[in-house]
Amino acid sequence: MITREDVLHIAKLARLQLSEEQIALFQEQLGKILGYFQELEKLDTSSVPPMTHVLDLSNVLRPDEPRPSLSVEEALRNAPRSREGYFEVPRIVEKT
Amino acid sequence: MRTVIGLEVHAQLLTKTKLFCSCSAAYFGAPPNAHTCPVCLGMPGALPVLNERAVEYALKAALALHCEIPARSVFARKNYFYPDLPKGYQISQYEEPLALRGYLELPTGKRVRIRRLHLEEDAGKLLHRPEGYSLVDLNRAGVPLIEIVSEPDLSSPEEARLYMEELRRVLRYLGVCSGDMEEGSLRCDANVSVSPDERLGTKTEIKNMNSFRAIEEALKFEVARQRALVEKGHPIEQATLTWNEALGRTELMRSKEEAEDYRYFPEPDLVPLQIDDAWRERVKRSLPELPAQKRARWMQEYKLPEYDISVLTDERSVAEYFESVVGLYPHPKDVSNWMMSEILRLLKESQTMEIALKPEHFARVLEMVSSGQINRTVAKDVIAESFKTGKAPDEIVRARGLSQISDEQALAEIVAKVLAENPKAVADFQSGKEAAIGFLQGQVMKATGGKADPKKTREMLLQRLRAT
Ligand SMILES: [Zn+2]
Repeated sequence: MITREDVLHIAKLARLQLSEEQIALFQEQLGKILGYFQELEKLDTSSVPPMTHVLDLSNVLRPDEPRPSLSVEEALRNAPRSREGYFEVPRIVEKT
Repeated sequence: MRTVIGLEVHAQLLTKTKLFCSCSAAYFGAPPNAHTCPVCLGMPGALPVLNERAVEYALKAALALHCEIPARSVFARKNYFYPDLPKGYQISQYEEPLALRGYLELPTGKRVRIRRLHLEEDAGKLLHRPEGYSLVDLNRAGVPLIEIVSEPDLSSPEEARLYMEELRRVLRYLGVCSGDMEEGSLRCDANVSVSPDERLGTKTEIKNMNSFRAIEEALKFEVARQRALVEKGHPIEQATLTWNEALGRTELMRSKEEAEDYRYFPEPDLVPLQIDDAWRERVKRSLPELPAQKRARWMQEYKLPEYDISVLTDERSVAEYFESVVGLYPHPKDVSNWMMSEILRLLKESQTMEIALKPEHFARVLEMVSSGQINRTVAKDVIAESFKTGKAPDEIVRARGLSQISDEQALAEIVAKVLAENPKAVADFQSGKEAAIGFLQGQVMKATGGKADPKKTREMLLQRLRAT
């Protein structure tokens, strides 16, 4: 079961503002998804290692050699606001 | 009352490029956002690829800290929103870190257990402007870090500082981190609790300690604050605090109710990292002699006082320099004395990291002193000049006519002259004021520009004074 508070908490973490209708909708949908997982939990997976990747690959590495970066102009091109080569964002007071 | 401290240290690795992209990691002093690309800007569809040298450096640190290296480790996403983190998550390691269960031996001999060591990326930098906005520079976003988490084995603020100093020394010996705390290349958070008995008290976390002194001061303050509360029977609130250096106190950043919810999950964009025995052994063999090993060996081999050893083994380059000189002039205590008084001072004044005086030149000066060719005062000048110009000591001595005057006849003339010019001191001596000889000796030194052999001068003065 997903409570209304769970939905509000998840929305807060994702920085989403939800309408009353959306809260109700997501409460129902997230509840269903959890239900599917409860179904899966019935299986005994104690001898199955957790799968973190679909591909059976490891150690994809690159040499430590610098390559050209984007120009500052290119880097800032998608920014809604920029100033003096920086991205500009609303004032941040404290990390929360 | 018992104090329990654990430290969480972040160390930037000295790689050329970032952890998951080929942008330069040399962010310090670079124009803002000049080192960015779709990967470190967090653009949709851009894929991270792991930097091999970062893995190598992290392994070096882990093995130097005697950690176990699991056969496999996995990257994970740590999710939170903050403008210094363009993707909305930091790539870190969580359930399967690179290394586990090691220890760091302090100069006191105490072993502090290491819980884990993992690789992760650094965040960007924020500048808060009073006009009501903040500026974001993402040059640092994606720079490789290792996070080193200790067990809560530290029992005082002093010990926490010793741990941090030794950890920095190890990382610098390995050449994997610059260890510059003011620039933020090495950062430290602490968990601290006090308890009247064997049970663990409620802990608080302290952030923003940017120097060894700050670590010790912040912890002292926090331990005292917690003790006062416990003694009055008040509860300790679990909280994250920040150290206010200017005011000398810890301040509340956030309480437990606002604690983060990082929703870690395995990073699907990166495949697991597998470290086999061969790789681990190869890195292990590449490790240099570490500070603790060096201190123990020097104690045995050179029989130097503990203080000398701690000063001279602090920096690997200084320690190696000492050993090159001792290899040429096998009198460790002599070399140590000269290094601590002259060489380290000149090194500091030169504001470089390397000792500019060649070991063979330094050894030659010490030989010249021991053979009596020059005296100690002259030796200091020769060292300083050779340090600055790179010239050979023999050349400097010859060019400046600095050879000690031990030639009997030359010295006798000067002594005679000094005695003739200072009748009062001579009379003083003869009336029993033996201290007057010091003055006369000083006059001879002055007349010879410090080149007179002090022992011969004294002998000669005594001989003449007693003869008259
Ligand atoms: Zn990049």
